[in-house]
Amino acid sequence: MADYEKTVQLGHGSGGTMSHEIVQQVFLKHLRDPLLLALEDGAVLDDQRWLEPSDGRIAFTTDSYVVRPLVFPGGDIGKLAVCGTVNDLAMRGAIPRFMSVGYILEEGLSLQTLDRVVASMAQTAQAAGVRIVTGDTKVVDRGSADGVFINTAGIGTVPSGIEISATRAVAGDVILVSGAMGDHGLTIMTQREGLMFGGSLQSDCRPLASLVQVMLRCCPDIHVLRDPTRGGLASALNEVAEQSNVGIEINELAVPVHDAVRAASELLGLDPLYVANEGKLMAIVPDKHAQRVLGAMREHPDGAEAAVIGRVVASNPGRVVVETLLGTRRIVDMLAGEQLPRIC
Amino acid sequence: MKYSDEYRDPGVARRLVDAITQAAKKRFSVMEFCGGHTHAIMRFGIRQALSSHVDLLSGPGCPVCVTANADIDAAIALAERPGITVATFGDMVRVPGSRSSLQEARSRGADVQVVYSALDAVNMAAADGDRSMVMLGIGFETTAPTIAASVKQAQAMGLCNYYVYSMHKLTPPAMKAILGAGEIKVDAVLGPGHVTSITGWKAWDFLPRAHGIPCAVSGFEPTDILSAILAIAESLNEPAAQRRVSNTYARGVTAEGNSVAKRLMADVFEMAPALWRGLGELPGSGLDLGPEYAAYDAKRVFEIGDLETTTADARGCRCSQVLRGLIAPPECPLFRHGCNPAHPIGPCMVSGEGACSAYYRYGGALD
Repeated sequence: MADYEKTVQLGHGSGGTMSHEIVQQVFLKHLRDPLLLALEDGAVLDDQRWLEPSDGRIAFTTDSYVVRPLVFPGGDIGKLAVCGTVNDLAMRGAIPRFMSVGYILEEGLSLQTLDRVVASMAQTAQAAGVRIVTGDTKVVDRGSADGVFINTAGIGTVPSGIEISATRAVAGDVILVSGAMGDHGLTIMTQREGLMFGGSLQSDCRPLASLVQVMLRCCPDIHVLRDPTRGGLASALNEVAEQSNVGIEINELAVPVHDAVRAASELLGLDPLYVANEGKLMAIVPDKHAQRVLGAMREHPDGAEAAVIGRVVASNPGRVVVETLLGTRRIVDMLAGEQLPRIC
Repeated sequence: MKYSDEYRDPGVARRLVDAITQAAKKRFSVMEFCGGHTHAIMRFGIRQALSSHVDLLSGPGCPVCVTANADIDAAIALAERPGITVATFGDMVRVPGSRSSLQEARSRGADVQVVYSALDAVNMAAADGDRSMVMLGIGFETTAPTIAASVKQAQAMGLCNYYVYSMHKLTPPAMKAILGAGEIKVDAVLGPGHVTSITGWKAWDFLPRAHGIPCAVSGFEPTDILSAILAIAESLNEPAAQRRVSNTYARGVTAEGNSVAKRLMADVFEMAPALWRGLGELPGSGLDLGPEYAAYDAKRVFEIGDLETTTADARGCRCSQVLRGLIAPPECPLFRHGCNPAHPIGPCMVSGEGACSAYYRYGGALD
């Protein structure tokens, strides 16, 4: 290959022979689903077996992914796109089935980077048991995008008897998280700014559908699931408190945070409760099932550090209250504005 | 890094609270100079735990908050000029000046870059010799040495397109101004740990000597702050003549401070009058680049000229009083009513170190 061919060119989005080349040499090299390989204008999901064991309810989601750097410790934008889509479906209790993917590529993007992103999408989708069955690519002028933007849609099936919603938290329920908070956000921030913390920070980016199905098997009556992405755990808890019109009390010391994340947060003046996660969930379950769900989570590789962090209460409806180490209580608000590192 | 666990031990913290309440002969007030302290005090519920015996007053120790409108206006004017990039630390971009913020100016096309270290700005200047890179020097004695180092670095690299617009401020003159004004009763001062790690605790000797009030230099973990307040409570029981500066942050602070950083500051900067939001112009409270480094001084190199600027806060905003400890943030009529971290009206709500932001985030009322 000549040098100029090693980057994405505007011609790759022309619909002509260059488009054909990039589809064959990059996308279809990794994405091998028969429905995609057929290269039809759309995928026809004609085999009804995928609907089982649903009662006919289909979960449907869409999301867009923009992240800098494109490749980071623990993942890349491709893995992130699959995990984000799968996790949005899983948070409604759905089994992820199909995905679409649309790439917006910036002229000049290295084809090697694109290859890595597509390869990791394929691997992650396979691991999560979701099929990428339709896709699209556009190329925009240099400066009109930041390397790669990815848009996805996902379809999943909701098993009978599963009713998971942010409106279902009731007083007495127990709140669990599947692991330590803040890994993804701190990793991205430190990578972006070239801050080094001994290399121990790694994104938690991972698909959670398998963990959710394990949890649902031991407690089909899980009330709420949320993946605390942007805005972190604090914002996710506030959304639930508001939508269910209940109070939420958490014990700050019980929220797992990895030492490297805690150290980096202190240095930057950030609060891990507000930092994004991409491979963790928060679950609200009836008290009588809490210990069983916790045990099941801890036995699963994606929930090994799961912990009970608090309770749903009737007081202070719409509010999240944290007990400090002095035994005093304060409100944990939703993230307002963006988290910016401090000056001194 | 498990460095902080021992300073967050709930048992130790609760015993310190008990010791403070026992030592307090009467109710006393402590000004925490530093915004980092305000933040920790609110986050860990210290204010609430001590509320029956101690009034904790927020001070002017938030570098972004005390930056005057005139300096922000000048930075915006520079960023709007073709060929100039203004580099700044994160939360500065959102602070409103007389008319707009750097962030708004950026959205209109001004070239504003957020950096985490002044050395990043030096490297950006080296990478693009055609642009003039102006680093905003914001901060107290903690950040000034790093800006000084960046000037030395630019000099060593032979760069002709790196400049500093210094808004650096010194903390002891601000504390003196607040005590001198006599607007509020301050029984003691919680000394800023990070600043004092550079200056040395002797920089606060004037508090007991000239004002007869104790000062305890504190770290930022809950037991650090509680230990410092305990030292203050005990010191208040002594005659005024025996009061002194207690260093309860010995793992970071010495009597003389960081001599390397102090030399670097003395080499590159000279003391100058500085304009503080809330406190006005205070002599000898700022740092400008010295004559030897005139070629790197954005104030000297670029004719900024007279800008239409105001020292007044935005309408209804009472940041100036918050910065002097005259009112607590919830006493401002705009607090939670039109002013919040997503839509800040005054700088104390913008910065993560600002008192209003700390009270907003951690001080919500419970039933």
